[in-house]
Amino acid sequence: MAKREVVGMIGLYDDPDVLISAAETVRDAGYKKWDCHTPYPVHGLDDAMGLKPSPVPYVTITAGLIGGALGMLMMWWMSAVDYPVRIGGKPYFSWQAFVPITFELFVLFAALATMGSMIFLTKLGSWASPLHDNNVMIHVVTNRYGVVLDAADEQFSEEQARALLTGTGCQDVRPLYAPEGEG
Amino acid sequence: MNPPPELDTPDAPPAGAIRGPQAALQQLDDDVNAPLEAFPTQRWLKAFGLAKIGATIFLVCFVWTIARGIGTWGNNSPVGWGFGITNFVFWIGIGHAGTLISAILYLLRQKWRTSIARFAEAMTIFAVIVALQFPMVHTGRPWLAAYWLLPLPNANGIWVNFRSPLLWDVVAVSTYALVSLMFWYTGLLPDLAVARDRAKHRVRKLVYGILSLGWKGSNRAWQHYEKAYLLFAGLSTPLVLSVHSVVSFDFAVSVVPGWHTTIFPPYFVAGAIFSGFAMVATCIIVMRKYFKLEHIITIDHLDVMNRIVLVTSLMVGYAYMMELFIAWYSGVVAERFAFMNRAMGSYGWAYAIMVTCNVLLPQLLWFRKIRRSILLMYPIVIAVNIGMWFERFVIIMTLSRDHLPSSWHDFHPTWVDYGLLVGSFGLFFTLLLLFCRFLPTVAVAESKAGMAGAQPTGGHHG
Repeated sequence: MAKREVVGMIGLYDDPDVLISAAETVRDAGYKKWDCHTPYPVHGLDDAMGLKPSPVPYVTITAGLIGGALGMLMMWWMSAVDYPVRIGGKPYFSWQAFVPITFELFVLFAALATMGSMIFLTKLGSWASPLHDNNVMIHVVTNRYGVVLDAADEQFSEEQARALLTGTGCQDVRPLYAPEGEG
Repeated sequence: MNPPPELDTPDAPPAGAIRGPQAALQQLDDDVNAPLEAFPTQRWLKAFGLAKIGATIFLVCFVWTIARGIGTWGNNSPVGWGFGITNFVFWIGIGHAGTLISAILYLLRQKWRTSIARFAEAMTIFAVIVALQFPMVHTGRPWLAAYWLLPLPNANGIWVNFRSPLLWDVVAVSTYALVSLMFWYTGLLPDLAVARDRAKHRVRKLVYGILSLGWKGSNRAWQHYEKAYLLFAGLSTPLVLSVHSVVSFDFAVSVVPGWHTTIFPPYFVAGAIFSGFAMVATCIIVMRKYFKLEHIITIDHLDVMNRIVLVTSLMVGYAYMMELFIAWYSGVVAERFAFMNRAMGSYGWAYAIMVTCNVLLPQLLWFRKIRRSILLMYPIVIAVNIGMWFERFVIIMTLSRDHLPSSWHDFHPTWVDYGLLVGSFGLFFTLLLLFCRFLPTVAVAESKAGMAGAQPTGGHHG
């Protein structure tokens, strides 16, 4: 079989402490295109990887406020402008009675935006991954932790990446190959 | 699709490398995924068949109502709301325990919730689906209902009445259904990825792969995921409290004596959590036994749930007392009559069932022995389910004695009423059994994160 293109290097770890220090090492080595894969969120890994805080909360609150405001605006326009009907002697714009729906629309918009931004930011919806092509995905979703260095990073070379991961105390470093027919 | 030759054989890590909790993590995946990966057993098929019969009864009665009209129900004047809204409030209430477990207990960092959260959330969604059927069928023309329920432009140019609690209810319940669904699905993503990667069959891999949206366990994804999950919990908490408060407004905002009270919102929320926990216990006791998950959903979990049932039982007991007291203390003749009639009138028997099942029987849960014995707690949680249905029935039967004695009328349910009630359980259990068969019933990723040795021991940022 012809030699296939190496698209990355994965180090598989079994100890969360080693994973954290490995992530710190890779971060400090100046890697840009790399990632950690874990079966569950590991505390402190965001810092160890040097990730910026997630912007999701800002999206949530903005969308919530827009939803609530649009809700109140809609009820005002429908009840007081477009087709006013006097009900129970109340003012056309009886805002107190509009509070429950305003609140619900705040929550609805905020939740939809949370879901949407989470899917967008996590790049969900893309299936392809060298981890699938090389049968290591099962490990990192079950019980092991992977540090993946992407060959697209300018520092990357097969030897250097292997040395870096081995240097972090990893005993199971594997090259990741491109799927057949593409390399 | 051949794997590269170097990598397809040695899957086991080098000997001596295992220092983390690897075996326990693997075991959890194996246990939770086992029911998904085996052929359904005879018992599952029998249970499913029974549930399907129930669902069929529901469908028949639903279609019958649409075809022949609401006249097939026992509703009359003055009892314009019969079993329909009783069932609606009952099922919405069932859902609330799921959100309480998944959102409020998450914010309170209650670790024990992880093993039951997924199942309870699934119950929430199915209960809300079942609940929504009742207002739909009561409209008589569900395909036109959108025009009455939502502010849609129509030929008359008139809009829905935003001052009506019934409209608040529409928005609250549909928001609740959508948000619960998104919250549940977000929690499922990593577990679906596990099911995908364990799958042997191509179709199976494809289906779970699509459902998992290509989840890869990347920490760059976990970072946003965790934040989103926290936000969902934060949004669901006030939402769930608002939903049953709004349901109670359906009654409390009216001017019917016995309904027009300020205690209704907290009383309904407590009752919802009470009945919801009882239903979670009812189902999960069977599920854990049947799927051999007793070591994951332990007797300790059931003990804690029983304590919550006990606490909320005291809350609804307090509400029953307070209602009676305020009716007397208000000095309003109509109020006093409404409550005397509730307790001693033609539905006094229902009131007695309500008090026995919701207030008296749960007191047995003060005893640790009873809280920790499946055999002894099971009748109690079943009784709570029954009692909470009767609570809503009692409240609605207040209508049978309205302001004008000449129009007083008892409510006599018809076979369609009974069919919809029994059938709704069939529909609910059909959905629940399908869930148990096809989706991971325990939140695996979240449980893993809380296992011994799963997190770094410190010395690092954290």
